[in-house]
Amino acid sequence: MATMGATYDLARFGSERMSFSPRQSDLLIVAGTISKKLGPVLKQVYDQMAEPKWVLSVGACASSGGIFDTYSVLQGIDHVIPVDVYVPGCPPRPEQIIEGVLKIQELAKNESLRRRDSPEYKKMLESYNIETVDK
Amino acid sequence: MSKTVEAYIEEISKDFSSIELSVDNYGMHNAFITKDEIYGVIEKLKEAGFNFLTDLTGSHYPENEGQEFQVVYHLHHFYDNLRIRLKVNLSKDHLEVPSITDLYAGANWMERETFDFYGIQFSNHPNLSRILNVDDMDYHPMRKEFALEDETREDKEDKYFGR
Repeated sequence: MATMGATYDLARFGSERMSFSPRQSDLLIVAGTISKKLGPVLKQVYDQMAEPKWVLSVGACASSGGIFDTYSVLQGIDHVIPVDVYVPGCPPRPEQIIEGVLKIQELAKNESLRRRDSPEYKKMLESYNIETVDK
Repeated sequence: MSKTVEAYIEEISKDFSSIELSVDNYGMHNAFITKDEIYGVIEKLKEAGFNFLTDLTGSHYPENEGQEFQVVYHLHHFYDNLRIRLKVNLSKDHLEVPSITDLYAGANWMERETFDFYGIQFSNHPNLSRILNVDDMDYHPMRKEFALEDETREDKEDKYFGR
């Protein structure tokens, strides 16, 4: 919240708009503890996003389960969906989240246009059991 | 002057021989009951005015041989403001107690939770399935033989934790 607020203001870096549907979004920011029961829901949200898409895992809980090393908590969202950038911290500072978004922008700027057609990318998605469409 | 818990238990104890009533250090009344009589006892207590089921849960004492599991009921008498805790000891080979969902509708989810975490069966429950954990979980995580840590994680090596 502070990241989007007036003091830190992520909008200065071109990320102004929150999307209310996964279908219109480019970046999925996952923050907070994800329980195992929520895993399939998270995967569905990821599935619904259109390519190209990026994932930012914010905080220790989303990235690794954090202190919640227990039977009900997913030990990192990368068990369910691929993650582009991890933001460490418990909780992370707003500056860190902004840096994470900047890293995503860096990826978006520099990645090859054909990266998402590559066999490696398809193999990676398949390893997560995410359906790929052959063009 | 309103009645005491002892008086309520006295009234029904002629029908139920297994009730062992005691008072703990905090003034809470505890009653141990066998699993054959628990349904009848709760039914009678409800008729007597214990009309609110505060809690229903389980516990696991692996060292108590023959009585490894316990189902705990908390009842509240709203008119006299009395509380009583009822406990049923169960052996791990016969983990079954009668469901009280027909007495207290609120018992439904609490019995499902107890089943989910301890694997205790509630006979005649309308839908005894997992309620909080993922459906494909193949164990009952609050049992003492399962570590609290997530056993499926691969990145935690014992040597990093001095084990």
